Amino acid sequence: MSFVPHTGADRAAMLAAIGVEQIESLFADVPEAFRFPVLDLPPARAELEVTRELQEIAAASSRLRERPGFLGAGSYHHYIPATVDSVLRRGELFTSYTPYQPEIAQGFLQATFEYQSMICELTGMDVSTASHYDGATALAEAVLIALSKSAGRRTKIVASPQLHPQLREVVATYLRGTNAELVTPRAAAADGMEMSSLLDDDTAACIVQSPNYFGQLEPVAELADRVHAVGALLIAVPDPVALGMLRTPGDDGADLVAAEGQSLGIASSFGGPHLGILATKQAHVRRTAGRLVGETVDAKGERGYVLTLSTREQHIRREKATSNICTNAALMALAAAVHLATLGRSGLRRVAELCYHKSHYAAGQIATLPGCVINPQAPDRPFFKEFVVGLPFDAERASRAIESELGVLGGRPLGLDFDDREDQLLLAVTELHTREDIDALVATLRKTVSSGSVSR
Amino acid sequence: MSEPTLYEKSVAGRCAITLPALDVPEAELPAELLRDDLVLPELSQLDVIRHYQQLSQRSFGVDSGFYPLGSCTMKYNPRIGEDVARLPGFAHAHPLQPPESVQGLLEIMHRLQDWLAEIGGFAGVSLQPAAGAQGELTALLMMRAYQQDHGQGHRSQILIPDSAHGTNPASTSMAGLSVLQIPSDPHGNIRLDALRAACDESVVGLMITNPNTLGLFEQEIEAVIELVHGCGGLVYGDGANMNALAGVLRPGDLGIDLMHYNLHKTFSTPHGGGGPGSGPLGASERLRDYLPGPIVEQSTSEDHRQAEPGYRLVRPPKSIGRMCTFHGNFGMIVRAYAYIALHGAAGLRDNSLHAVLNANYLRVLLRDAFPVPFDRTNMHEFVCRGDVGDQSKGQGVTATDVCKRLIDFGFHPPTSHFPLIVPHALMIEPTETESRETLDAFVAAMRAIEREARESPVLLREAPHQARVRRLDEVRAARKPILRERMPHEQE
Repeated sequence: MSFVPHTGADRAAMLAAIGVEQIESLFADVPEAFRFPVLDLPPARAELEVTRELQEIAAASSRLRERPGFLGAGSYHHYIPATVDSVLRRGELFTSYTPYQPEIAQGFLQATFEYQSMICELTGMDVSTASHYDGATALAEAVLIALSKSAGRRTKIVASPQLHPQLREVVATYLRGTNAELVTPRAAAADGMEMSSLLDDDTAACIVQSPNYFGQLEPVAELADRVHAVGALLIAVPDPVALGMLRTPGDDGADLVAAEGQSLGIASSFGGPHLGILATKQAHVRRTAGRLVGETVDAKGERGYVLTLSTREQHIRREKATSNICTNAALMALAAAVHLATLGRSGLRRVAELCYHKSHYAAGQIATLPGCVINPQAPDRPFFKEFVVGLPFDAERASRAIESELGVLGGRPLGLDFDDREDQLLLAVTELHTREDIDALVATLRKTVSSGSVSR
Repeated sequence: MSEPTLYEKSVAGRCAITLPALDVPEAELPAELLRDDLVLPELSQLDVIRHYQQLSQRSFGVDSGFYPLGSCTMKYNPRIGEDVARLPGFAHAHPLQPPESVQGLLEIMHRLQDWLAEIGGFAGVSLQPAAGAQGELTALLMMRAYQQDHGQGHRSQILIPDSAHGTNPASTSMAGLSVLQIPSDPHGNIRLDALRAACDESVVGLMITNPNTLGLFEQEIEAVIELVHGCGGLVYGDGANMNALAGVLRPGDLGIDLMHYNLHKTFSTPHGGGGPGSGPLGASERLRDYLPGPIVEQSTSEDHRQAEPGYRLVRPPKSIGRMCTFHGNFGMIVRAYAYIALHGAAGLRDNSLHAVLNANYLRVLLRDAFPVPFDRTNMHEFVCRGDVGDQSKGQGVTATDVCKRLIDFGFHPPTSHFPLIVPHALMIEPTETESRETLDAFVAAMRAIEREARESPVLLREAPHQARVRRLDEVRAARKPILRERMPHEQE
């Protein structure tokens, strides 16, 4: 298959205009010894052949997706309204690039401006960037913004022990380029204030995820006070769906918000592309990484939109830029905007409430099973849509039982992330689950518990 | 006329979607943790669709017309990619599913790793980086880790030609290293004497884009690599322009240690209005163990460490860590896989050849109207000057004016004012998917604009005349930034 439109006559006329005999002559600068290698790739195939191959691979891998599963842990299955993909398929939008020419990109610019507005409302912050790659890289950028505030004098980043382990890993990787250190308390405290003792004059920022990796809410407002008392910044990592009903990080005093936006109308897609949300208070706008769209007027005074404050960015400031980001996740931000516009004022709150009620129903039912404990390490802390089940045996067995009995993903066995949590299973329940789905989950767990509590 | 915003169209009580009724008992909500209100727009579903239909009509993509945005490779995005990435088995796959349930997806990733390694001449590839700039940062962190492991932790300098993309120096700072800029010579190559003088014990490595941002192949590339390796440095190839070289040259064969690929350029995954992209990183034998993980490995039945043969996600032994939450932008990986599968080796080479043919054709037909400062056979793009017209009397026009006037002719303007070493640069990249007729129409428009620049420059300075809006006031936008809509309840 080729998408090159040239005919033999085209090539001949063009080569004559250039004044060479053959196209290969244009490559004289390429070292001859290495020019035109023979590449060992499979032979070209037709569109229908490639489509068929990929359909077969996708079908073979779809065993565990017929009904909604209970696996979350940072990527969630929520309902995506039909409006979202209908917009994402518009060629003027998805085949465009960064709107460097605003006069013919008003549509995408306005859509991004509206995204920024809705993210500010959702998070309670003043400024939202146009997008980052995913939640982890948005968090890493937020950490770098916090470090830049003290110009390298403060060198400690304190992270909650209940932060998503893979978010933590990405922050640690980004910090390899700095003189800063990522510290995490060994264990969580009952009051959620375990990070307090690590906060000091050397702390640039404190990272708190709420709901945390285990689905539970953290005392963000109290923590914000302690963090601000030492002159550091609080970076909050919320679940945007939870913000449909819960107090915002802005209400709670967060200085920066970094979040995974995948839950807002984006398919899980085996982990990407997702959406990095980064929002800040006004004070940090000129240190913020990433693109920003601003409102302005045209030569006739009509309202219009442009990329703005670009003097922060790499193409202008080069090594002094706040970040190297160029390509971002603009189309995923558009998906989130269409999603939020479709759900609207009542819809996102409704989704959040459905998640809350259904997950609490599931937790309540599971709590009645012998030997099962909900959120064993912090039973009194509120949770949103995800919770931990302490089991009387290895959690991988429970998750495999759910997978084989119900044909759906059986949650995250936490032994995969933590040595001391082998008997804990992290389950996510969203608006996609019906009461029957949940009852079937509970029945399967009951069967597994009664049949296998002796053997490990 | 500007389009009203979602909030301006909002009417209290409207709703675009209905959600199912609650089928379980209500749990008690934690009153002290609830927010008061959430002011999102209230629209009917038709309102939502019409809104975005209007916005899409106020946008311009490759689908709309010729888009010669230099360095960005705005070529046709095959529609098969959109279909296959949305297959339910891919779109709904959870990144943390048990590996045995996603063997096919891991196989796609494994094959793409292999194919990219073959195309670039590298020993290993990680699909983790989400974009070219993140690929650069990844590579710099790897180079630094490699130098530290080899007792060279004191090295701190990255050499970067003055024609480089801004992401190169920005990535260098993020990696905690410092930049030493190397000038270009009159032929558009990196200056060898300056490079030689800079190559010493302080050098971590060199970042080089080849073809460079002038669209020119570095004529002394082998000497450049030898000089850097000679002082113990590593060479990073910025693969932004690999679309001129796929099937033509394997950078790894020249001794380049690391290079990122832009799947959204060379392998034509759509640019999405600025993203998502994907920036896989290739590494030579000595650096592959430092790649970010996880990457996909195939274990065979003879491999006794594994109970089950098949594909699995592993972390390379000396990995610098993880660059994104999960395994990379799988949606882009599938599209690029389909693209390479459609083309095969011969097709990829054919694309490179025609990309270079198209760019040279445009240069030759435009150079007498728009001066080309480094006028030699170029690769997939070239740079000319846009400050045409009678500059002596202050009546001339700028590169920006030429760009804005092109909009009136129905074309997306080229990249302007970059690379920085050419004043009033217009960086033109036609790509291989554009026909001779399109290129001829573009040439006619450019030549007409050059005439207008001489005869009626004000026409250019006030352009565009045909767009939905006139020229926008960017200074005002930056001076008093309005970065979000004021909510109805905030209005006075």
